[in-house]
Amino acid sequence: MSLTLIVLLPFIGAVLPAIMIRAGRNACATATGSVTLLALILLMAKAPAVIAGEVFQVSYSWLPELGLNVTFFLDGLGLLFATLILGIGLLIIIYARFYLSKNDPMGRFYVFLLLFQGAMVGIVLSDNILLLLIFWELTSLSSFLLIGYWKHLPEGRQGARMALAVTGAGGLAMIAGMLILGDIVGSYDLSVILQNADLIQASPMYLPALILILLGCFTKSAQFPFHFWLPHAMAAPTPVSAYLHSATMVKAGIFLMARMWPVLSGTPEWFYIVATAGLVTMVVGAWIAIFKHDLKGLLAYSTVSHLGLVTMLLGFGTPMAAVAGVFHIINHATFKAALFMTAGIIDHETGTRDIRRFGGLLNLMPIAGTIGIISAASMAGVIPFNGFISKEMMLEEAWHTMWLDQNWIVPLLATVGALFSVAYSFRFIFHVWLGKPRDENLPHHPHDPPFGMWAPPAFLTVLVVLIGLFPATIAGPLVAATSGAVIGGELPDYYLSLWHGLTPALGMSVIALIGGALLLMRHGGLMSATANLSRPDAKSMFDCAIAKSVALSRLVSDNLHNGSLQRYLAIMVIGAIGIGLSGFYAQPDFQSGSRELLEVSPPAAIGWLLLVVTSVAAVFMHHNRLLTLLLLGVVGLIVSLGFIYLSAPDLALTQISVEVVTVILMLLALNILPKETPKESMPGRKMRDGIVSIAAGLGVGGAIWAIMTRDLPNSISSYHLANSKIEGGGTNVVNVILVDFRGFDTFGEIIVLGIAALSIFALIETVTQGEAAKRLANWVVDRRRSPNRHPMMMVVATRVMLPLSLMVGVYIFLRGHNEPGGGFIAGLVVSVALVMQYMASGFGWTQNRMKVNYHGMIGLGVIAAAITGVSAWVAGLPFLSSGFVHVHLPIVGEFELASAMGFDLGVFLTVVGAVMLALAKLSQVERMAEHVDINAEPMDHDPSAPVATPEKEA
Amino acid sequence: MEFLVASSIGLLTTCGTYLLLRGRTFPVVVGLAMLSYAVNVFLFAMGRLTINMPPILREGVTEYTDPLPQALVLTAIVISFGMTALIVVLSIRAYLEIGNDHVDGRPVGAPSEAGDKN
Repeated sequence: MSLTLIVLLPFIGAVLPAIMIRAGRNACATATGSVTLLALILLMAKAPAVIAGEVFQVSYSWLPELGLNVTFFLDGLGLLFATLILGIGLLIIIYARFYLSKNDPMGRFYVFLLLFQGAMVGIVLSDNILLLLIFWELTSLSSFLLIGYWKHLPEGRQGARMALAVTGAGGLAMIAGMLILGDIVGSYDLSVILQNADLIQASPMYLPALILILLGCFTKSAQFPFHFWLPHAMAAPTPVSAYLHSATMVKAGIFLMARMWPVLSGTPEWFYIVATAGLVTMVVGAWIAIFKHDLKGLLAYSTVSHLGLVTMLLGFGTPMAAVAGVFHIINHATFKAALFMTAGIIDHETGTRDIRRFGGLLNLMPIAGTIGIISAASMAGVIPFNGFISKEMMLEEAWHTMWLDQNWIVPLLATVGALFSVAYSFRFIFHVWLGKPRDENLPHHPHDPPFGMWAPPAFLTVLVVLIGLFPATIAGPLVAATSGAVIGGELPDYYLSLWHGLTPALGMSVIALIGGALLLMRHGGLMSATANLSRPDAKSMFDCAIAKSVALSRLVSDNLHNGSLQRYLAIMVIGAIGIGLSGFYAQPDFQSGSRELLEVSPPAAIGWLLLVVTSVAAVFMHHNRLLTLLLLGVVGLIVSLGFIYLSAPDLALTQISVEVVTVILMLLALNILPKETPKESMPGRKMRDGIVSIAAGLGVGGAIWAIMTRDLPNSISSYHLANSKIEGGGTNVVNVILVDFRGFDTFGEIIVLGIAALSIFALIETVTQGEAAKRLANWVVDRRRSPNRHPMMMVVATRVMLPLSLMVGVYIFLRGHNEPGGGFIAGLVVSVALVMQYMASGFGWTQNRMKVNYHGMIGLGVIAAAITGVSAWVAGLPFLSSGFVHVHLPIVGEFELASAMGFDLGVFLTVVGAVMLALAKLSQVERMAEHVDINAEPMDHDPSAPVATPEKEA
Repeated sequence: MEFLVASSIGLLTTCGTYLLLRGRTFPVVVGLAMLSYAVNVFLFAMGRLTINMPPILREGVTEYTDPLPQALVLTAIVISFGMTALIVVLSIRAYLEIGNDHVDGRPVGAPSEAGDKN
């Protein structure tokens, strides 16, 4: 349990800084720090047992069908990395409190940091590779936020984007590799995968999986040729660089190679890919670092180089090299984090990071100087610091390694790499701290930083020294536990110590130290000699590649997505026809079924004929929009008649009332929209569309013909019919299905309806701004208006009708559970009744008397439905279970009162609210366009007025 | 009868699709409405056609038509109304905003043709 908590704590705690920043920066940093500290304490509580060889495991099912489970395990390797992540994380949190300026949003910084921390801990503790991949992607995303933290700096944004693009692309490759791996083994659990080395290495898919996984690791750990993103990520604030590039982000790739070491390593493929990449990275990174004038740039390339060193050691594939790699991971994390923080101190105190302007800073900043010099000496591999020991072990391993049967290549290049490493480390020491000040006019006068800023690197430097002096005591147990986990078997015979006697490694070390020092003396000459060499610029290549892919995607999307609805719809329709056709040709035996068909009655034939005529006429006369609308109304009418003929009274009622509302709506729309559609389609286009639509019609018609001529297979409907009365308490099965059996569907649907109405509201409310408002203000009414806005006959008739039609609505609502009717239909009927009032008596007059808020009505409806659903919980039943009681009322007689009625009431209210809101808003636009005032009185007809023309009215 | 329904569905689909592919908003709205009829009737017909067997339970009656497609279509009709209303308002807003009712992707501000008013 506490294992899960270690992973979750940073995620949960990530809300704290966002809240605590209101209480001030100290409170914010303290809250963040305590989250990490707590996680670290939980981890440390398990450390002794893990070092003793125990493995903690915890597992929860998540999506077992996919093999994705939340499983964590803690072994030596996980312990090492989790300690680094949380321990150095804690130091960074303290450091950042003093590093960030008052203008930087600190709360946000700590939120990102904790998210990143959680993702990293998740990677190193995951037992399921799918889970690991999720955390892996999370680190890419959260590091993007961290690197781009100073979002006002273009370098920050570009660096963050580059890091995300490179590591994200690698992550994609790794997903594929991991899936292949899981497929080979048949399980996505690491603990299972790690037991199946032989199976994996014998598989023909081993090489693809290896390459894909390594792509992920190399991009993350900035291995050549993917190293270029890391220096650009240095645009981040220094605490981020110190955290990401010493202990966490870039170590994730290393971690994964170490994690997979037992199953993937030991083959020639592994050796040649991993060891070579590591070797090249080590040498190239170190070489570039020598020439970097930016303090952080130098450290960035040195990080690249040291990551290469560890990668190479893992690539050797021997247990001894793995031990050396693990040890160097620890050492590198300590001295590199300290160095980054020192660089941050220098930047903070002097205002610049240009090495050429420094010199003699040790006198001005003695504490920071001591820290920097010791850490840099360790980086160079100087006795007696920890960097020396692991570098010796590395050289020792390199000495024994053959590359393409040549025994001199690896030792030589390793020595060269070490030599370069000495050169840039010494440059950091001599050009920054020692010697004479080169620039008296630094932006700030340098002095030592506050305690909180030098304490974290000082702590790490103490570790650097202690591990160097007493390696076996301080780091021995952790190295043993970790190496045991990496190797997954017996540990080799090794001894962590400063002095191993006169070994070849010592000779190589001495050569590197002397050579590096000599190289640095020649630094000035070297600079000018290499200044004119043309170097491939990774950033411009990267930018070029990005620009090319943007151009490509723009080409594709501009052609597919050119803003023409016609094109999208054509693609969709043709696509649908294509899918239908492919199914048709896959089994080309289209036949009618043998079901007994219904006879055609004369009314049905007449209806069909009308439908054919009107719909064809609608197409041919669609340029006349009013006529089209009338024809559409006729089609709707015939559809309703069809429903009633074919035993669907509820549908008929719904369709006919919807028809009325739709026609009113479209008429209102036509008041604004042009009344004619110009003839502008080319004959070719008409031909194409005609063929496409006939194909669509044939497909759909053929499909339904095939269905209707076959018998209905057994469906759930028989259950509905059998239980409608018993369980739902109603005899109208359709209504019972709506409010009871499938009530949740209906609930969703009324919400959709409400959202549609509110969107309409939003669209119209904002019409008073921008271009639309100008057009409305200058609107010229293009049709003659009747002088009689509200004819008396109509007003009187609708007044008489109103109570009657409302009564019909109530009647339909009440009987809906047992007879055709229900909330939907009643809602539409009542809406029509109300709309009639609006039309006859005028908007303003009616609105003044209809003190109803239609928004509220929609909300009320949804809430009523929800409350009915929730009330079932009181009775201990699932959401939307309905109950009913028999009630006896005088006159009405005995009837059932079902709780579903409350639900139906919700449906009713939502429908009325949505319909009325839509229509009321539309009529508001009309009024704005026509520049007429709201009428206060109905029947505002003035018989003495001359026949008004639109101009006069306006 | 089945043939009449099937051919009506096919015809409505054809007409709806054709109007859907026009370059102005109003025919598209009408086309969508016709297509909605076709789809609704299609869904309804999945429950097979019956006459005089409404799914209202009665004493002594045992044969009913399939109620499930009807329930699904009922909400579909109401939802298609909501959708029609939304696109009608969208097209009005677009018309007011850009001054024409084209949906064929010509850039905003391109010279409008005859028939565009205001």
